[in-house]
Amino acid sequence: MIKFDNVTKIYARGARPALDEVSLEVPRGEFCFLVGASGSGKSTMLSIVLREEHITSGSAFVLGQDLSRMPQRRIPRFRRQIGSVFQDFRLLDRKTVFENVAFAMQVIGRPRHAIMRTVPDVLDLVGLAGKEKRTPHELSGGEQQRVAIARAVVNRPQILLADEPTGNLDPRTSEGIMAVLERVNQTGTTVVMATHDVGLVDQAQHRVVELVEGRVVRDEASGYYGGDV
Amino acid sequence: MRFRFVAAEILHGFRRNLSMIGAVILVTFVSLSAVGAALMLQMQVDRLKGDWYGKVEVSIFLCPVDPVDIANCAGGAVTQDQKNAVRTRLESPEMAPYVAQVFEQDRESVLAEYYERYGEDYLPGQLTVDAFGPVLHVKLTEPVDETKFDVVTDTVSTMPGVLEAVDQSDLLGQLFDLVGKIRLAALAAAGVLALAAVLLITTTIRLSALSRQRETGIMRLVGASNLFIQLPFMLEGAVAALLGSVLAVATLWGGSQFLVAEWVETNFALLMGKVNPLDALAVAPWLVGAAVVLAGLSSALTLRRFTRV
Ligand SMILES: Nc1ncnc2c1ncn2[C@@H]1O[C@H](COP(=O)(O)OP(=O)(O)OP(=O)(O)O)[C@@H](O)[C@H]1O
Ligand SMILES: [Mg+2]
Repeated sequence: MIKFDNVTKIYARGARPALDEVSLEVPRGEFCFLVGASGSGKSTMLSIVLREEHITSGSAFVLGQDLSRMPQRRIPRFRRQIGSVFQDFRLLDRKTVFENVAFAMQVIGRPRHAIMRTVPDVLDLVGLAGKEKRTPHELSGGEQQRVAIARAVVNRPQILLADEPTGNLDPRTSEGIMAVLERVNQTGTTVVMATHDVGLVDQAQHRVVELVEGRVVRDEASGYYGGDV
Repeated sequence: MRFRFVAAEILHGFRRNLSMIGAVILVTFVSLSAVGAALMLQMQVDRLKGDWYGKVEVSIFLCPVDPVDIANCAGGAVTQDQKNAVRTRLESPEMAPYVAQVFEQDRESVLAEYYERYGEDYLPGQLTVDAFGPVLHVKLTEPVDETKFDVVTDTVSTMPGVLEAVDQSDLLGQLFDLVGKIRLAALAAAGVLALAAVLLITTTIRLSALSRQRETGIMRLVGASNLFIQLPFMLEGAVAALLGSVLAVATLWGGSQFLVAEWVETNFALLMGKVNPLDALAVAPWLVGAAVVLAGLSSALTLRRFTRV
């Protein structure tokens, strides 16, 4: 699904590498946490998977495609197979919950009937049934993040990238979001989640990859946030 | 779905950017009106050129009895032989492509015409029929153009007995020069305005792109194609420019129909003939095309930088 081989990413000439010879494989259907201090390279890793950033050296394969050799025009279709969620939700304030989710289908040219059929199902999946007519500012932070997740998965991506999705939420709300992500993962979607949330990681018992200054220092199949306890 | 979605996006962009879009419409409107007016003026002049030259003839003034200080007239009044030689030259086969008709006006009639024009008491007592020689009027073959005048005047002006060969084509030439200058000025103004239009459209697209960064960001994230992301911006500029061109065509048509046509007909009917408002429709495709080019150019200049994948 995702395969990094000695991937190095240097943003500016002479700068310290944001990723330093990272090798990593994430198989289909896995739920994988990325942990590490601020600036350790978690977001960089996710942007590389999304093909927002080029790698400086090494090789990166995502969904069977070599990212360094992917031509520009193939990027949109490639991204349709990947969903992303961020700490700041990134919703459109003027659109309703339903419209925000439908937007992701409209802009890739999906037909109206498909939108009408799919969006309610997905809103149901993230626990927002009954709130489709609200606008983002009529929702709590947790609910907004659920909308963002619904939008990320409405096109049935094979991979979901989540960059600190609970960063702005209180612990109880975070657990709710985590439950939604687990549900998405159970539908067969591979989930990669960068997080600082110790509680969630410790409780979930999923694979944990820890980065320090751009290097993988720990990779445990069923780990804890801070390593062995 | 796609079409409805794109249409809704454009409308939305219009509402958000109303003043900018208004400016784009007005600038393209004024610019294209100037271009259109210049084109229509040219069409009118081209159509009338033949008419105007057709009304002009070459007048060959022959030497009078009174002495004049011209080498050709050193022998005094023109003789019958000299006059015949000029006529023979004009009616010769080489001149046939140029000369349609020659008729002679005698001295008395020239004097009468002179009095008719300037009044009996102009230079009273000094002016006698001896001050005038006979005049040969030469009508040129159709279609008349400016080169034919020169051929005829050059041919006869050095012949003995010819005081002077003149035509009014120079006057027309000056008129055409003036028309040309007006047209050039109109086109220069239009060019400056077109540049302003490009800058405005560029700025509009840029503002529009900035104010919609979140939308385009999400579009890119979920894999919308470049075309789909950029189309609303391109169309926004294009629709505004097209509206401007449509306004320009309407104004040119209305103007030539209701303002210029009447004014010309009452004041310059002889000179300008009829102004045809349908000319506005003939230039319409060019103006609309120019609007599309302006908008396309602006989009190409901006979009690359503002909506990258
Ligand atoms: N667009 C960029 N241009 C230049 N340098 C960047 C850019 N993005 C990240 N970096 C640098 O790369 C390094 C890794 O940043 P990254 O955002 O991947 O860290 P992170 O692990 O996501 O941190 P956080 O937990 O704070 O989100 C940092 O040193 C950062 O300054
Ligand atoms: Mg980050």
